[in-house]
Amino acid sequence: MAKNNESVSTVRRAKHGGLLTFFFAIVSIIWIAPLFLVLMNSFKKKAFIFRNPFSISANSLSDGWDSYVKGIERAMHGWKNYATAIKLTDFFHAFGYSLFITVASVVVIIICTSMCAWYITRVHNVVTKTIYVLCLFSMIVPFQMVMFTLSKFANMLKLSNPWGIVIVYLGFGAGLAVFMFTGFVKGISIEIEEAAMIDGCTPIQTFFRVVFPILKPTTVTVSILQAMWIWNDYLLPSLVLNINKYKTLPIAIQYLKQSHGQLDWGAMMAVLVLAIIPIVIFYMACQKYIIEGVLAGAVKG
Amino acid sequence: MEKAIKRYFPIFVLPTMIAFFIGFIAPFVYGIFLSFCKFTTVVDWEWVGFSNYTRIFYVNGKLDTTFLHSLWYTTLFTAVSVLIINIVSFSIAMALTKGIKGTNIFRTVFFMPNLIGGIVLSYIWLMLFNSVLAHFSKTIVSTQWYAFWGLIIVVCWQQIGYMMIIYVAGIQNIPGDLIEAAKIDGANNLQLLRNVTLPMLMPTITVCTFLTLTNGFKLFDQNLALTGGNPGKMSQLLALNIYDTMYGTTGWQGVGQAKAVIFFILVALIALAQNKLSTSKEVQS
Repeated sequence: MAKNNESVSTVRRAKHGGLLTFFFAIVSIIWIAPLFLVLMNSFKKKAFIFRNPFSISANSLSDGWDSYVKGIERAMHGWKNYATAIKLTDFFHAFGYSLFITVASVVVIIICTSMCAWYITRVHNVVTKTIYVLCLFSMIVPFQMVMFTLSKFANMLKLSNPWGIVIVYLGFGAGLAVFMFTGFVKGISIEIEEAAMIDGCTPIQTFFRVVFPILKPTTVTVSILQAMWIWNDYLLPSLVLNINKYKTLPIAIQYLKQSHGQLDWGAMMAVLVLAIIPIVIFYMACQKYIIEGVLAGAVKG
Repeated sequence: MEKAIKRYFPIFVLPTMIAFFIGFIAPFVYGIFLSFCKFTTVVDWEWVGFSNYTRIFYVNGKLDTTFLHSLWYTTLFTAVSVLIINIVSFSIAMALTKGIKGTNIFRTVFFMPNLIGGIVLSYIWLMLFNSVLAHFSKTIVSTQWYAFWGLIIVVCWQQIGYMMIIYVAGIQNIPGDLIEAAKIDGANNLQLLRNVTLPMLMPTITVCTFLTLTNGFKLFDQNLALTGGNPGKMSQLLALNIYDTMYGTTGWQGVGQAKAVIFFILVALIALAQNKLSTSKEVQS
């Protein structure tokens, strides 16, 4: 009886499976269609972007094939949008600042907060307990609460540059990172560390040779969460950085809209494509880690 | 061992703590203080007591409903986005855990928009919305409701994939023999969902609900780039309303800071509710 049931359900599952695959294939195509529409429109003249964003031709297909093909030539702009976009947004500088700030902040956050987390887990006193509670508390404070004072303090301390903002990111990102590292360190058995110390390691050697390699899974998680946050962050750098000198990618894109009168949608499409491509490459390269990181972050946060 | 480590406080903890002080503790404490002051920079403050807080609602003896409207608009936006995102991502997760062909590709595709930042995301959709609406002589900021649904679409596109990943993990953690047992006892699909899957998924549902809740409540980038708060200030969510008060007009920084304190209290209440809910669940199970 049970066997019979099982075979029935397998058949049913397979039947539904084909339908579901078909259904999700269509939904998936619709789901990423916006990205392909942006790519397509980035090669069109701006006048034709709004006239019909779903077509590559200036003419409708109902006017006949020849006129449709001619319309493609009329609507296309080649790489000119990209040239304009790169010039208007100073793209390579913006990209460079974004990359530098993200990489430097993540490296600094990982090293500093993992050390801090290990220390406050291994040393038990009022100070370390207070630090832990403060880190927890900082996770629930929205950025708007500190944005005015933080940006003014950063200005006063001369942190309004790509090197200084790393310290700001370490400070504002410390809560989550310390919390996640602490959670992991609590699960490591202390014997290994004690053995290392008895063999003559200093605490610094013990940490970097023994503990830090064990922390790797959390390091990956924290890196990915922080990198996603910092790379895409708009408000904090726009308030902290000296905007006339240093624009990160999100700021450059937002300024393309604000500062050139009538927005050039051709250039906007091009810069969006340029901003998305690195993300897609990064995603394809480290998909496994990204999804694991996001999962671990969500469950703990 | 504890003693040996203890002396290394300056190396292990101090760098993080100095940055934490500059980046969080000092701005937070001083921010609360400044909410009771009139100021334009951090040094020219003048104590005014609670008048910043009353100026949020009363200006020159008249009721000012901008903040209340924003609060209401944000609440509605959050409620709708929480519902849609969770229901859709849960349904997708259910379908994608049945072992159908192409599951991995679908998962990859649905998750993709989540990596794109709010600003970039919003301009992609601004182009699509406005070019479609142009045929009806409308824009995304024609009314606050166009803006509302525009924002809903954008956040759904961004977050459904993320929540789906969490739901998939939750569903895969349900022991298979539990479902087999229910099937042998003759449970149909609906009963299976209601009496086995959903109760077992409660922790995951709690996590996803609160993630979408705080995401909705704190939304800023998408609001700024997609609608800019237009028309008027009608589509300003709380975060943008605070930003606008603080940087939009001089002399209102104190009121903006007071609004930020209220905003912080609201977000903290949500977080406390989540904490209470998930710890009480842990005790039960």
